[in-house]
Amino acid sequence: MKTRFAFFVVLIAALVLAACQPGAAGGTIKISVLAPMSGQVATFGDSTAKGVQLAAEEWNAKGGIDGKTIEVVVKDSQCSADPAVNAMNQVVGEGGKFVIGEVCSSASIPVSEIAEANKIIQISPTSTNTTVTLNADGSTKQFVFRACFIDPFQGKVMAKFAAEQGHTTAFIMFDQGNDYVRGLAENFEKAFVEAGGTILGKETYTKNDTDFSAILTKVADSKAEVLYLPDYYNIVNLVGAQAKEKGVTAVMMGGDGWDSADLDVTAAEGGFFSNHYSPEDTRPIVQSWVAAYQKKYDGKTPDALATLGYDAANLLFAAIDQADTSEDTAKIAETLAAIEYEAVSGKITFDAQHNPVKSAVVLAVKDGKVSFSASVAP
Amino acid sequence: MNSTHTFLSTPPFIESLIKKKILGKLMLILLAAVVVWRMGTALVENPSLFLQQVINGLQLGFVYALIALGYTMVYGIVRLINFAHGDVFMVGAFMSFYAISRLQLHTWPSKLFPNMNSMLSVGIGSITVVILSMIVCALMAITIERVAYKPLRSAARISALITAIGVSFFLEYFGALPFVFSANYITYKRPFEVTTWVANGEGVQTLARGIEVPANSVIFSNIAVLIIVASIILMVLLQYTVTRTKIGKAMRAVAYDKQTAQLMGINVNMIISITFAIGAALAGAAGMLYAIAFPQVVFWMGIIPGLKSFVAAVLGGIGSIPGALVGALIMGQAETLSAAYISTPMRDAIAFSILIIVLLVRPTGIFGEATREKA
Repeated sequence: MKTRFAFFVVLIAALVLAACQPGAAGGTIKISVLAPMSGQVATFGDSTAKGVQLAAEEWNAKGGIDGKTIEVVVKDSQCSADPAVNAMNQVVGEGGKFVIGEVCSSASIPVSEIAEANKIIQISPTSTNTTVTLNADGSTKQFVFRACFIDPFQGKVMAKFAAEQGHTTAFIMFDQGNDYVRGLAENFEKAFVEAGGTILGKETYTKNDTDFSAILTKVADSKAEVLYLPDYYNIVNLVGAQAKEKGVTAVMMGGDGWDSADLDVTAAEGGFFSNHYSPEDTRPIVQSWVAAYQKKYDGKTPDALATLGYDAANLLFAAIDQADTSEDTAKIAETLAAIEYEAVSGKITFDAQHNPVKSAVVLAVKDGKVSFSASVAP
Repeated sequence: MNSTHTFLSTPPFIESLIKKKILGKLMLILLAAVVVWRMGTALVENPSLFLQQVINGLQLGFVYALIALGYTMVYGIVRLINFAHGDVFMVGAFMSFYAISRLQLHTWPSKLFPNMNSMLSVGIGSITVVILSMIVCALMAITIERVAYKPLRSAARISALITAIGVSFFLEYFGALPFVFSANYITYKRPFEVTTWVANGEGVQTLARGIEVPANSVIFSNIAVLIIVASIILMVLLQYTVTRTKIGKAMRAVAYDKQTAQLMGINVNMIISITFAIGAALAGAAGMLYAIAFPQVVFWMGIIPGLKSFVAAVLGGIGSIPGALVGALIMGQAETLSAAYISTPMRDAIAFSILIIVLLVRPTGIFGEATREKA
């Protein structure tokens, strides 16, 4: 009996509190951030939330959106489906209309279903899985967007970069069993051939392979100018170390799988890889963002997650501003789909599947360190 | 019951085929024909590329040989397939990694004698590291034998086999603990710089970084030379120990008949320990050579090379020392040439098919005779 009584007290208290909350109407626009604030990838959530908060502060300092103040609420969705669905149901219960999140695709996908059903605008800053913005039948979810480019896009960007560098021949190495790697490789091939290049060879391997000498001998023999290897850093380290020994002179190129503190810069020396963003990017918008972030958060340099969180929030605010409504989410979604916005991670427009079309950065591994090389527009 | 029985029974015609091993022989002939044809066309098309791939295969084959010797020696003496052997190899690689990256052990000669020739000092330093890895692995193998295998020596062979698998898992996942080796991929620092040479009709020259390989020439690196030379030296030493020393004689005696050997005053337990130690020392050396060639260490790195070397030992005839070498060289070539001329993802399938076909014809392996020489 006692526990039941306690339960009722809590329930009533919760109801009273919920009733007291100011709704979306009036002077505020409530933005819910769904991100992992605890667990293994808590740093992802922390960065994302900081990015969104900074964007909201900047808009509020300019007088908010059409006179309304932005209020950011962070909910811990732990980068996994169940807690994310619970958090999203809370948002629905509170009458929320705008969600930035989740960080991880596995959590963003179930959240996007709820968002679509309740006409809530969702922008995932970093989920790359294609089904986040797509319905089961392949049609685009009306209310769901993302701020990052999807994986295969990097292959396209790198092919363009390779062609711009004057390379005309390439050799592709990829792990057949990894969707991410294969996607990048296929798109690189397509775009490189379209740009007038020739693919001299394609070789596959499996993820536990360590001996790449047979493949690399073929690469050296083909005299290709570019070796495209869009795998993770551990494979890059192995291939890079063996490539020099086998007389491979091709420039190694890859994707954001290379982006790790454990990348062997000696093995990858002379290589290039694509990424979402670099704090060394010379564009003024990047430099002012880095400065603002460092000023607010004790000199910390913003990472890709913070940047994409910031971009996602700014996209949303700009769309609400341009649509002149904070209630009619269908109109805001329409505005967002047609928006052209100069974000930190590049000038963003959305394609038919609500994936951003924007530039990527190319980083160079040179003299034992990774540094910004170029910003490549699609 | 009855229907199952008839389903399982093979027609007499097929049974006679199996008895005469015709199926296996046919497949072997077919395989040989395909190999000769494929390799022949490859050789005609681009002889230098073919030779290059053969060198790649040799490098891999010699590493496998060092590991395979450990399997074959232990099997020859105690009839145990020591599945933990691949993990001893992994520990050897990690020991040399710590000696080089953490302790800078390979630089001691240049620190002690600053005027020494740099090549000589690196050589002595690397030999020190390899000896350290070999000693650590040998001690570990003796401990494993005493703790896990010795109490089971008179038990059913399957018990010892399962224990060996258990030891293998223990070494892997103990190594994966964050305070042991950790579960990360770790970049291995080679104790020396890689030099590549070009060999062609005009002689041998150093290939400068960033220069394309000239046509009609073969390149080889100091790593390939090191692996092949070090493996041959170790194998000659082993062959000498087994055939020319008192310990070797005792090992052979124990392999033939444990009880009689004991009656002749041979300390069987000690000989078994020594056999484990020698096998593990070779695996430790192989671990370092492998990590130099493919510079990355991770806790599960021993599984695949261990399995391949086991296959090599069986292919050559388990229990036979020359068999281990020949089997390993065949495995190395099969893998590299399949990757080069057939398909990279298929290379393991092809290498293992060779094993199956050879065993169909010769169930004891290439060198596996009834009167085989046992280590």
